[in-house]
Amino acid sequence: MINKSAVEMAEALNKGEITSVELTKAHLKQISEVDGQVHAFLHVDTQGALEQASQVDAKRSAGEKLPALAGVPLALKDVLVQKGIPTTCGSKMLEGWRPPYDSTVVRKLKENGIVILGKTNMDEFAMGSSTENSAYGPSRNPWDLTRIPGGSGGGSSASLASFQAPLAIGTDTGGSIRQPAAVTGTVGVKPTYGGVSRYGLVAFSSSLDQAGPCARTVLDAAYLHEAIAGHDPLDSTSINAPVPAVVAAAKDGNIKGMKIGVIKELQGDGYQAGVLKLFNESLDILASLGAEIVEVSCKYFDYALAAYYLIAPSECSSNLARFDAMRYGIRNGQGSAEEVMNATRQIGFGREVKRRIILGTYALSSGYYDAYYGSAQKVRTLISRDFESAFKLADVLVSPTAPTTAFKIGEKSNDPIAMYLNDIATIPTNLAGIGGMSLPSGLAAEDGLPAGFQIMAPAMKDDLMYKVGAALEAELNTKWQGPILNSAPTIGAK
Amino acid sequence: MALKYEDVIAKYEPALGLEVHVELGTASKMFCGCNTVFGAAANTQTCPVCLGLPGALPVVNGKAIEYTIAIGLALNCSIAPFSRFARKNYFYPDMPKNFQTSQYDEPICTNGYLDITIDTDEGSKDFRIEIERVHMEEDTGKSLHMGGATGRIHGADYSLLDYNRAGIPLVEIVTKVVNGCGKYAPEVARAYVSELRDILRGLGVSDVKMEQGSLRCDANVSLRPIGSEKLGTRSETKNVNSLKSVERAIRSEMIRHAELLNSNQRVIQETRHFHEDTGLTTSGRSKEQAEDYRYFPEPDLVPIAPSKELIAKIAATLPEKPSVRRKKLQEAWQVPDKEMAAMINADVLDLVEATVKLGADPTRARSWWLGEIARIANEKAVAAAELAISAADVAEVITLIVKGELTDKLARQVVEALINGEGSVAKIIETRGIKVVSDDSSLMAAIERAIAAAPDVAEKVRGGNIPASGALIGAVMKESKGQADAAKVRDLLLKHLGQG
Repeated sequence: MINKSAVEMAEALNKGEITSVELTKAHLKQISEVDGQVHAFLHVDTQGALEQASQVDAKRSAGEKLPALAGVPLALKDVLVQKGIPTTCGSKMLEGWRPPYDSTVVRKLKENGIVILGKTNMDEFAMGSSTENSAYGPSRNPWDLTRIPGGSGGGSSASLASFQAPLAIGTDTGGSIRQPAAVTGTVGVKPTYGGVSRYGLVAFSSSLDQAGPCARTVLDAAYLHEAIAGHDPLDSTSINAPVPAVVAAAKDGNIKGMKIGVIKELQGDGYQAGVLKLFNESLDILASLGAEIVEVSCKYFDYALAAYYLIAPSECSSNLARFDAMRYGIRNGQGSAEEVMNATRQIGFGREVKRRIILGTYALSSGYYDAYYGSAQKVRTLISRDFESAFKLADVLVSPTAPTTAFKIGEKSNDPIAMYLNDIATIPTNLAGIGGMSLPSGLAAEDGLPAGFQIMAPAMKDDLMYKVGAALEAELNTKWQGPILNSAPTIGAK
Repeated sequence: MALKYEDVIAKYEPALGLEVHVELGTASKMFCGCNTVFGAAANTQTCPVCLGLPGALPVVNGKAIEYTIAIGLALNCSIAPFSRFARKNYFYPDMPKNFQTSQYDEPICTNGYLDITIDTDEGSKDFRIEIERVHMEEDTGKSLHMGGATGRIHGADYSLLDYNRAGIPLVEIVTKVVNGCGKYAPEVARAYVSELRDILRGLGVSDVKMEQGSLRCDANVSLRPIGSEKLGTRSETKNVNSLKSVERAIRSEMIRHAELLNSNQRVIQETRHFHEDTGLTTSGRSKEQAEDYRYFPEPDLVPIAPSKELIAKIAATLPEKPSVRRKKLQEAWQVPDKEMAAMINADVLDLVEATVKLGADPTRARSWWLGEIARIANEKAVAAAELAISAADVAEVITLIVKGELTDKLARQVVEALINGEGSVAKIIETRGIKVVSDDSSLMAAIERAIAAAPDVAEKVRGGNIPASGALIGAVMKESKGQADAAKVRDLLLKHLGQG
């Protein structure tokens, strides 16, 4: 059962073929068997998950009408707070902290009867592309345990790819949902900025952060998307408009006559040959389904990475100032409040987090603000305009999700720029606030590892990417004679 | 030997800059739904948002925006059609997020003014104080530094933090440089803060209690030689907790600056703390090197874009300006300038007005509030408004006096009892047994007894020695425990002894 899709699990629950408690236990068993090797979870809430599952079962047997995903388990990225459950954000700084409140995403998950298995590993405060920046050690890619599962949400993607959970929540600031999905052969969606509430999402970069669904199928992601999306009065940047009908779009999958724009700037140099080949094969499939493929140019995308690495660190330098040992988290050192703050931040934050705080502090300093933060904001506007023009020519835009397949753990640890380049194709959507999806495009010829196909849609037209994604997925699954994860090596119990 | 103020102003021209922080009287905080009641137990009015817990997000209090627009309009400011919050980044334990959500280069109100009048030996003088900006921000928590000698963070053994105040909406009203006040600078500053306070109170946007910190004034002062154009180095005095202190602090700073300048020393750009007891300031934080707050637009909040309709709606509900209202009251009550100024200085104008509205005669109302009640308030070192006596109480007392049911002397006892919290006027009269004895027969009986007790004195009065009657009147008054109307006793007594 754990190899099924979430929708199939929900059907089995509805038909009474299995209870939520049984389903949850099956996943807890898988976690106990494989997570010693994968290290997807930072905390497993066995008791809480089983309690939640038995509540759903009770409601179901009482004949209550339940939401679509009620009783299906899920893995939650450790950057979203859940009342009473340790939330570390992959940092030593928050070791032992148990939040006194639920994030809006968690509240919605609970309202939907979705069973939260535990908290998944991530790069510290969501800064990274490999989970190697987690203070608790990296997660491993179920396709090859010596490789990274992507980041920052590598714990969530690894949990899906190793069947420890059928659904997961990620957050995406520059690609942290989509790139892990690409390198693990799973599906990840960054909704339109403001589509899912950020209340209770521990902020890395407020104007870029967006929580979204991670799953093994496009339809599963759509159901989870609808469960967590919607306006939230507790988040001022949340969009007050109806949630796009993504489930209907994923079920529809008719793309005949749709215009699909290939972004010229997001291919070529720096992209692995096998990844590009799979991308082009996917384009051929979309064309064969009746879509019109056009090429578009977004010339300011070349500056996206530079702008991102000014805006995100600037905001993080301010967002992470609150970790000062005064109210929660660890405390280190003695003497004045200032000395304690200093000593705590010294040991509490890892190297990458410090690097970005320093970068952001510098970029916001008087005398440098205009040249750095100010210019980056202008680039951001130009990138939004690039997208606007491109969306005049195409309904959705597409690119490879990440330039390469999963790299080896340790391979890029000492080269931050090489690491940052992983997100070159995903960052523009965050800067523009639009939605992006990654789904598997196949296994690259060179290394047999999964690659991702990215679909981007205009703001609040998230349904379009589900429609295209579902169409492509259906064709590819036929070609592969089943989901791509069927080809993944089985991780045995050790 | 401190320099004399006259010598300071003979040589130097002061320049002022006043920053007034006002805690808005909204029911909830600036960015969350927490209560804002003053004096609640520490950390009981907090939530994930105002504690800055990881993940929590701010949501703007719409009422606070409306209040700020009202303040801007009352101060003749332009209201920005688009303004933003910004983060002011600095580390301090009582600031939960280690940044303050404030406004920086896009404040909501700009370029206003406030006209004030001061009463001087040379007659009343008018000044226009130009307002640079009015912006919104959140208050910080409160630190209590324990164990140190100074009560400040340096030298303290430990500190206690109370976040009840964190996130309370604050409005900061900043003047442009105020020049041309000369020797009246301290009075001008006081009058400005006083006028501002009246406006804010009239708008109902704050309880404007300086002693509780809901209105705080930071006074920037600098001196330059008369005739010089270039502004001198300024100091910024904080901890100025009353109108009187505004005046004292500025005077004291002017003298301190002049002493430094006279002895060719440099004025250090720094914050100063005013001490109520000594009337002097002591050195605070240096501002020689501008702190870099790394302001940037608050990404968690959307810009504030009040509609023209909203601004017009708020403008239509603005109350009468205090200066206009004062003029009207002065005319209606026919009060001389000096008396009017006295009421304003004693801060009893609202109370007098309320008392008159309840039917009391303006002259009587004024004399009670400015006389007996102001005296007691002075003794207790509190504002008249904080005493346990209301305008309704005073109006009731005045009515009883007019009806002849209380004498002035008895009324003073009632007022004192009211202030002591002994209950309502009726209850005090009853429990204290206060009653004007006006029944002639019982008074006559008392007079007879007094005469019987001192027949020789009575004989003197009969013989035409009127002053001798004092002893008999005194005896009657004593017997009535002071409740008899002395004038009436005198009349009856003299008539009885053939002298009426």
